Amino acid sequence: MTVDASRGAEAPPELVQLLTPEGERIEHPDYDIDLTPDDVRSLYRDLVLVRRVDLEAVALQRQGELGIWASLLGQEAAQIGSGRALTDADMAFPTYREHGVAWCRDVDPVKLLGLFRGVNHGGWDPSEHNFHLYTIVIGSQTLHSVGYAMGIQRDGANAATIAYFGDGATSQGDVNESFIWASVFNAPIVFFCQNNQWAISEPLEKQTRIPLYRRASGFGFPGIRVDGNDVFACLAVTRKALEAARTGQGPTLIEAFTYRMGAHTTTDDPTRYRVASELEAWKLKDPIERLKAYLFKNELADQEFFDAIDAEAEDLGADLRRRCLEMPDPGPLDIFDHVYREPHALMEQERAQYAAYLEGFQS
Amino acid sequence: MTMLTLSKAINEGLRRAMEDDPKVLIMGEDVGKLGGVFRVTDGLQKDFGEDRVIDTPLAESGIIGTAIGLALRGYRPVCEIQFDGFVFPAADQIITQLAKMPLRSLGAIKLPVVVRIPCGGGIGAVEHHSESPEAHFTHTGGLRVVACSNPADAYTMIQQAILSDDPVIFFEPKRRYWEKADVDTTATDWWAPLDRAAVVRPGDDVTLFAYGPMVKTCLEAAAAAQEDGRSVQVVDLRSLNPLDFPTVMESVRRTGRAVVVHEAPVYNGFGAELAARITEECFYHLESPVLRVGGFSTPYPPSKLEEHYLPDLDRILDAVDRTFTY
Repeated sequence: MTVDASRGAEAPPELVQLLTPEGERIEHPDYDIDLTPDDVRSLYRDLVLVRRVDLEAVALQRQGELGIWASLLGQEAAQIGSGRALTDADMAFPTYREHGVAWCRDVDPVKLLGLFRGVNHGGWDPSEHNFHLYTIVIGSQTLHSVGYAMGIQRDGANAATIAYFGDGATSQGDVNESFIWASVFNAPIVFFCQNNQWAISEPLEKQTRIPLYRRASGFGFPGIRVDGNDVFACLAVTRKALEAARTGQGPTLIEAFTYRMGAHTTTDDPTRYRVASELEAWKLKDPIERLKAYLFKNELADQEFFDAIDAEAEDLGADLRRRCLEMPDPGPLDIFDHVYREPHALMEQERAQYAAYLEGFQS
Repeated sequence: MTMLTLSKAINEGLRRAMEDDPKVLIMGEDVGKLGGVFRVTDGLQKDFGEDRVIDTPLAESGIIGTAIGLALRGYRPVCEIQFDGFVFPAADQIITQLAKMPLRSLGAIKLPVVVRIPCGGGIGAVEHHSESPEAHFTHTGGLRVVACSNPADAYTMIQQAILSDDPVIFFEPKRRYWEKADVDTTATDWWAPLDRAAVVRPGDDVTLFAYGPMVKTCLEAAAAAQEDGRSVQVVDLRSLNPLDFPTVMESVRRTGRAVVVHEAPVYNGFGAELAARITEECFYHLESPVLRVGGFSTPYPPSKLEEHYLPDLDRILDAVDRTFTY
């Protein structure tokens, strides 16, 4: 099979879009959005800042300060749009690439670096942000998200969960099981699939023969495809799906049609499996450029505004770098911490033995 | 005291836990109207409703994965895996998520999830219905692994497992489900913590270590050995992770001989860990190597052959005899 270089070059007809790649605002019969100029500028700021966080993390990896990094480049609108649709009471379950959603949930970006630097496996309190820990095994978190949603149902709370995953994850049993669970229990959940076209080196054709959003109908709930590079559309579609979930109308699958502009992670080399022309085609749909064009055209922002955001981004990047380098390494006996909540004889024994062994080097 | 089968004792323990804490949920395949294929959850859905006793879709990974989500929301799910051999579709969620997520959060979250697994053979079942997968889980840091052997322990241990803020894999000896004993269902405190072993028969010459279904077999072997003039101590380990080292070592230091008995394959089985630990800590007290009696390193055989696979009284006594030949 040859790579289809034209993949995604034309927007599929089913796509919900409110902002064209050229920055033209368009209407959609089912989805509308009412944003103040401040709201729009705020979304722009989010997009630029999370891209800058991502850029800095890639640089930190290249310089040996992170072991690995999974870049969100190109997926900023999908993550900011959906992330800004959440209320404080909603709960998000990310993969390991949802740095933009983490930003929306007020997780300090430096906390995202911990697991990539190897100082911990997570390191933020999910309940403090209603943003769960990054999950590395593909698709596992979709079931956690449904279970959490079942808890919301039992609590009678006005909230929903959102489960993030990628196109590759849709082949996982857990993701399909989570669809079934959500459907039969009518759980208040939104499945937010960022179809970035690539699962490391495997193109979408290796995962599916039909558009992913259409899978939802087989499970008994609505599926919708949205332009994942259009922050307005992602916000509008996610808001509506979350509200449906909160009001007892059950799950929705959102397929955010986007593109992974970078490598899968910093250890990957996409030149081995995809053609440059595909990347070039998607560059024209950049989520930040289109919003910038919209802001300019509608005179909602001037050069001074853009310069100020750029300066803020530079400061954020520098601050992130400084704090990454200042991050303390864990101590050797930290290995035994937090494995169990309650006293555990084996942990205590092994900790004591290893402490004694280490002390031997002191004398 | 009430005379209860082991199955009913767990049922009563579950009922009491559900009465004590509205956050306790039961989930699994056929746990509702049917009461589970072994009737362990009999009557609970009728009394506590479908929101608390949840008949799930037939997908084990989904059971554990959604239980994790419910626990993150503050619930205490008790999951039933219908048979031991069906736990493997759930193994990913148990091993990669349930066991590791609290550490991943640096202690910010707790996952008080109990995974009940009817285990072991001896009931003439078809393939995948007679396995002893405990070593897979004792080899996974972050899980507590326990096995009950009798109705009284079953009643208390299931409640202790539910009260634990750590995830607990709870093995139930399925061939002992119908065996009866007196259970004090009015007791308000437990005779021992969940991680404590029990000396269930005193003895001086050799110690048999067992858990779950093999405890009864070991007690029978010890009684038979008594007739031959050998005083055999039987220790019911109860908890496999953590293991009650003080009770184990105290026994071996006194008897000088140890035999570990389990249904699971001997090779890389739980007995290997016990034998190694005993050798490390009781070397100068040992009169013989630590011996192991267990299943063969094969898949579980068809039921017509299971009596050859499962340790029985004679194979245990044979091992006991061998400890006196060194």
